[in-house]
Amino acid sequence: MSEVTETKKPAGKKRFELSESLKAYKGIWVFIEHERGVIHTVSLELLGEGRKLADQLGVELAGVVMGTPGETTRSFCHEAFFHGADLCYLVEDPLLTDYRNEPFTKGLTDLVNKYQPEIMLLGASTLGRDLAGSVATTLKTGLTADCTELNVDLDARSLLATRPTFGGSLLCTIQTLNYRPQMATVRPRVMPMPERDASRTGRIVEDSLGMVESAIITKVLEFIPDEMQDKPQLPFADIIVSGGRGMKKPENFKLIWDLANMLGAEVGATRPVVQAGWVDLERQVGQSGKTVRPKLYIAAGISGAIQHRVGMDASDVIIAINNDPNAPIFDFAHYGIVGNAMTLLPALTEAFKVHLAVARKAG
Amino acid sequence: MHIVVCIKQVPDSAQIRVHPVTNTIMRQGVPAIVNPYDLFALEEALRLKDEYGGRVTVLTMGPPMAEAALRKAISYGADDAILVTDRAFAGSDTLATSCALAAAIGQIHKDMPVDLVFTGKQTIDGDTAQVGPGIAKRLDMQLLTYVSKVRSVDLDKHEILVERRSEGGVQLLKTSTPSLITVLEGTNEMRFATMANMFRASRYPVKVWNREQAGIEDVTKVGLKGSPTVVSKVFAPTLRAVKAEIIQCENNEPKDLAVTLLAKMFTKFPKIEQEIAKRAA
Ligand SMILES: Cc1cc2nc3c(=O)[nH]c(=O)nc-3n(C[C@H](O)[C@H](O)[C@H](O)COP(=O)(O)OP(=O)(O)OC[C@H]3O[C@@H](n4cnc5c(N)ncnc54)[C@H](O)[C@@H]3O)c2cc1C
Ligand SMILES: Nc1ncnc2c1ncn2[C@@H]1O[C@H](COP(=O)(O)O)[C@@H](O)[C@H]1O
Repeated sequence: MSEVTETKKPAGKKRFELSESLKAYKGIWVFIEHERGVIHTVSLELLGEGRKLADQLGVELAGVVMGTPGETTRSFCHEAFFHGADLCYLVEDPLLTDYRNEPFTKGLTDLVNKYQPEIMLLGASTLGRDLAGSVATTLKTGLTADCTELNVDLDARSLLATRPTFGGSLLCTIQTLNYRPQMATVRPRVMPMPERDASRTGRIVEDSLGMVESAIITKVLEFIPDEMQDKPQLPFADIIVSGGRGMKKPENFKLIWDLANMLGAEVGATRPVVQAGWVDLERQVGQSGKTVRPKLYIAAGISGAIQHRVGMDASDVIIAINNDPNAPIFDFAHYGIVGNAMTLLPALTEAFKVHLAVARKAG
Repeated sequence: MHIVVCIKQVPDSAQIRVHPVTNTIMRQGVPAIVNPYDLFALEEALRLKDEYGGRVTVLTMGPPMAEAALRKAISYGADDAILVTDRAFAGSDTLATSCALAAAIGQIHKDMPVDLVFTGKQTIDGDTAQVGPGIAKRLDMQLLTYVSKVRSVDLDKHEILVERRSEGGVQLLKTSTPSLITVLEGTNEMRFATMANMFRASRYPVKVWNREQAGIEDVTKVGLKGSPTVVSKVFAPTLRAVKAEIIQCENNEPKDLAVTLLAKMFTKFPKIEQEIAKRAA
């Protein structure tokens, strides 16, 4: 690995000893993100992952909920318990109604300084990245962004945060040895959703923000919600039909839409297709697009480059259609058909249609 | 109005290849480019300069060759360019990078007060989106991330109105300057370099600052020493090694292939058949 020698090695093979002041940091925290009364699913996914880390380290898992006073905000604590948290830190304040960097950074930083978690996880959303970057700098601690895998090194009680590097061709594992808390962000849908167990309960630890509006410089004048009608929800789709450059022409993408519409599926695409403007950016699957975990992923005219693969590898079943028998996608798809997508897609649409008709009669 | 734009020179990651046998990065011949996201920040700054007057200073921390990125920015119309370079910066993570850049911006501010600092949304090599927020916190500036539009600037009142992309919508925010803005991609389209600016860029004397000149006294705050994170391992992803079952049938007619595929899949994965059946209802 001569090319990466500029990155430094952790303290050799000798046992790593954590200083006494850092040993005081205990427990795993997950920041519970919510907007307009709804929890962001990435926070629940992180609770599932946090639960595993907490069990390995033998510590408690806590959710952190900050928001406007009221039942809705409080209910997020219970949602955190249902998804694995043992306790929840709750800060209610009218100043936390809309997300703003300043009050949220102060609130979260104060909580960390007071209760000292060893690991803190946030979603790699617009909110999570804004907050994580500010909090890590304020606390002068390490932050690893957009992780795809989290583990712990039990000896050093250190978080092993793995993320793609060099354009996604390689992975690197990053540690924060001499600083606490160890912070990481993870993108939505990268981690599986844990089971919800509505019988679980936990403790709520309340704290206050201690800030007044006049001390906050940035004001939210207005919120303009996105028009929701046509917005594709790829990350949560159960079936996705995706097309790549092998579809050759934008007109041929109709074959992808036909199959998707028939199945009530979402349409996905590779980056070159998005860059060529055949479909919009919301539909790009992969490292620089969406991470998806459908039950069925159908890929037509897609070579299966690593940057695409990381976004859809967690699909339950993958079907690949490609005219090149050596295309990398056949190395990880469950089923492959070697042939021309232009004729195979309509045939597949037809076969599904027949199957559906039969199912309807039977049902 | 004085805007500082932070830009980074990055390897064109689309052209990076990994050696199939040794799993090392093959960097030879990979061109260095200005981080594409930073061009949106630069164009937004130039647009504001056109509208309100003022100066645009571009700033980068990197090896001496990063000067080329600054020259590129001058050719688009930036007024001044500063390269912060020192061996002490090697191995900086995002915390150490924001420390060095914040210090340099502090020095720039002494010469000419800074109203706005712009960064890109993220880099294509670091890919963290953390350096912008880091600089803002260190300089105690208001932080506005994922800004899709600067609506207006009131220089007398030190007020700025921006649209910020957030989950599920756009926030219209009012804040005071100085503030730090990370500019969303797609916000604008980079202008063409004019002949005059290209000429100016070729002769422009880029200011080169070492650690002291950038105003960093404490060596332990930058480079490897100032970086809380350490890379402990770099490796190729271990990929699931199951090959696809290739569907074949006698005549390989599309229709037969499709039917065979469904039959096989529904037998092995009844859950998929149920999922499809749900849609029949
Ligand atoms: C930093 C970085 C980030 C990236 N992020 C992403 C990302 O998020 N998502 C993403 O998808 N890519 C991403 N990429 C690009 C990625 O590396 C690949 O270039 C891309 O996924 C390839 O897209 P493709 O499979 O559509 O095209 P190609 O690789 O050109 O493959 C086309 C395939 O179609 C097949 N084909 C041709 N004709 C037919 C036919 N008639 N019938 C059937 N098959 C046919 C060919 O055999 C070929 O395998 C990224 C790259 C970089 C460097
Ligand atoms: N070395 C650097 N020099 C100048 N600006 C940088 C540097 N590194 C990061 N930036 C700025 O910070 C933004 C976010 O970078 P990153 O946190 O690496 O994704 C980039 O788009 C740049 O504007």
